[in-house]
Amino acid sequence: MKADASNRLDATFLALADPTRRAILARLASGDASVTELAEPFAISQPAISKHLKVLERAGLISVGQDAQRRPRRLEGTPLAEATAWLEQYRAAWEANFQRLDGLLEEMQRASPASKRARPQTKRQKRR
Amino acid sequence: MRTTIDRAEVTQPSEREVQVKRSFKAPPAVVYRAYTEPELVRRWLLGPAGWSMPVCEMDVRVGGRYRWRWRNDEDGAEFGFSGTFREVRPPSRIVHTEAYDPGTSGDDFPRNDALVTVTFMEEGDRTTVTTLVDFGSKQARDAAVATGMTDGMEQSYQLLDRLLDEQPRP
Repeated sequence: MKADASNRLDATFLALADPTRRAILARLASGDASVTELAEPFAISQPAISKHLKVLERAGLISVGQDAQRRPRRLEGTPLAEATAWLEQYRAAWEANFQRLDGLLEEMQRASPASKRARPQTKRQKRR
Repeated sequence: MRTTIDRAEVTQPSEREVQVKRSFKAPPAVVYRAYTEPELVRRWLLGPAGWSMPVCEMDVRVGGRYRWRWRNDEDGAEFGFSGTFREVRPPSRIVHTEAYDPGTSGDDFPRNDALVTVTFMEEGDRTTVTTLVDFGSKQARDAAVATGMTDGMEQSYQLLDRLLDEQPRP
């Protein structure tokens, strides 16, 4: 179960590690699109786009829609959400630490105004 | 000014690593103290709300040990980290090993020690701190990733929107 989750995350992160693939996902976020439509804005060949789409598909980030002719690509939210959830939880925990650290650092610098960094005059002038 | 980061930034420089970056309004010497004096560390290194740090022991010199342990105030769950300082260079760099102590979390995934490199870089009147965690292997990082994954899926769909918004439109 855990191994599954991390294999999935690997595939997701690998897929996200490329700017063209991220741009493709961003495009799909505003609606399904065929390979031709997806290739349009990029200065690269359709086979190259297809290769990117394969990586995204393998990661489960996109799927192929019903229409047999157009074969529209569709964004699948879950794997991306899982990856983002982990990163965001990790980030949020650190940011909570850092906001406390901001307060502590301010307190430490108030406590030792002799610090060569303290520029009380400039600060006072600004305040007035 | 140009490179200050006001919001914690998390990236994955390689498949073995995770990196956290953030800037602070204080010179490196002050930030370094806040990272190395246990009585200061335990005031901020607490993670999400609801956790306290009953154990924070640090012998900050090369070869010295540290031990951190956190407790959830509500359900009493505990976990921690411990390790050895490999490099101690005030006020610019600390390198230490990091062994995960699953405590009461029930996570028994075997993993090697991670190697943590913290650098303090002066940028004008600020200090940018970069924390690079090298899990040693892809498997170890994956295990850490899996441990960090809990149910928060609803909220994460909003994050998905935000992530996609951040991408440049083709």
